[in-house]
Amino acid sequence: MKPPCYEYVAPDTLAGALRVRAECEDSVVLAGGQSLVPTLNFRLANPDTVIDLRRVAELATVDTRDGMIRVGAMTRQRTLERNEAAFARNPLIRETMEYIAHPVIRSRGTIGGSVAHADPASELPCLLVLLDGELTARSSRGERTIPAADFFEFVFTTALEPEELLVEVAFPVLEPGEGWAFREFARRHGDFAVAGAGATLLLDDAGRIARARLAACGVATTPVRLRAAEEALRGAEPGTEAFRAAGELARDAVTTVDDTAASADYRRHLLSGLVNDVLTRAAARARGPR
Amino acid sequence: MNGNHGTDHLDAEPVDGDTRYGPDDRIAISLTVNGEKVEAAVSPRLLLSDFLRGDLGLTGTHVGCEHGVCGACTVHLDGMPARSCLTMAVQVDGMEVRTVEGLAEPDGTLHPVQRAFRECHGLQCGFCTPGFLMAVTHLVENEELAETDDGLRAQLAGNLCRCTGYMGIVAATRRAAAEIASKG
Repeated sequence: MKPPCYEYVAPDTLAGALRVRAECEDSVVLAGGQSLVPTLNFRLANPDTVIDLRRVAELATVDTRDGMIRVGAMTRQRTLERNEAAFARNPLIRETMEYIAHPVIRSRGTIGGSVAHADPASELPCLLVLLDGELTARSSRGERTIPAADFFEFVFTTALEPEELLVEVAFPVLEPGEGWAFREFARRHGDFAVAGAGATLLLDDAGRIARARLAACGVATTPVRLRAAEEALRGAEPGTEAFRAAGELARDAVTTVDDTAASADYRRHLLSGLVNDVLTRAAARARGPR
Repeated sequence: MNGNHGTDHLDAEPVDGDTRYGPDDRIAISLTVNGEKVEAAVSPRLLLSDFLRGDLGLTGTHVGCEHGVCGACTVHLDGMPARSCLTMAVQVDGMEVRTVEGLAEPDGTLHPVQRAFRECHGLQCGFCTPGFLMAVTHLVENEELAETDDGLRAQLAGNLCRCTGYMGIVAATRRAAAEIASKG
């Protein structure tokens, strides 16, 4: 239960970090360490090089202008969770983050670290898929923006190239009056989610659903959008009948087989309940246009 | 790569952003532990928990699961609670570290949280206690306690106790918070 041997670099600047990233074929990035250090302690990861970003101050920023909440990858989770400007523009971020492990973990864990780790049960990737967020990757050759839908490829696997570094995570703000909710189920508070679901709900003038967005974590090899359920909700009257039907449509998203936490059948049942629940909560928070 | 493999590592220097350090290299770190300045030379793969226990002899910080689940190794880094088993010693260069040894007064007077744990039977075997004391101290000094016991148990959920059933720990947390609040 001790970390393996590796080469260690702690660059002073982002440019320095990108240089090391380009030079090393097998490097991992140490941000807050709350996912990486356990995988090192377990020897699940055995990298040649660990790049410690603690001295790269330019990556710890939160910018809430222009309809996007742009968060530097080294921003601590607790910092974003407590950011009032971000909360005012998108309260779903805080509600979702309260499910990430425990406060003690969130005071060290970073936004970029959690996203780049890409655990399929984790909350931030699910939130980004739900909101159509964007991820900015940089390498010594330049910068590119990756839509969240294309970023998460498999368990612990993202679209990042070995020479790239995740530098920014962008969460879109919610529309005025848009309802929102996130819930997850774990056997103990703070454990990895057996399943989780997030929703946003926008109503039209007649009080019907203009747009519903739904996403789930813990049920597949990546976070998933629940498109069939979203489609079925468009134009529907918000209420028990529509939400229960959406929950039933969401069950097909469960593609994991039985595992030690739950059977696939149990997860299907759980997800349909969670979807119904987040839609009910989102509807209670949604306001129609004046 | 730096090549200092000596046992005393007197030649260790502070981290340099362009240097790649091997596991046998030593990096000089400078930090404050319980108010005292500490200078040390550490391997880049040394965990903070092992540094505190092995190098500084501060064995009050306990090591349980070593993957961030049990909370026994909780310390404060710049005033925020953190898992010392999920932190490398090099990462706390320049920081203020507070361990369970830093809770009581120098004359041995217990911290209100320590006293409350004793009075309310918030411990049995004592293994988890240092981590709980650090987590609860941060909670009662900086956060608002949940009104319901369920809410408070959720706030304490980052630390595991296998003896007490948490009843005494919940009671101790409330008593310590009340004492600290009454003193303003």
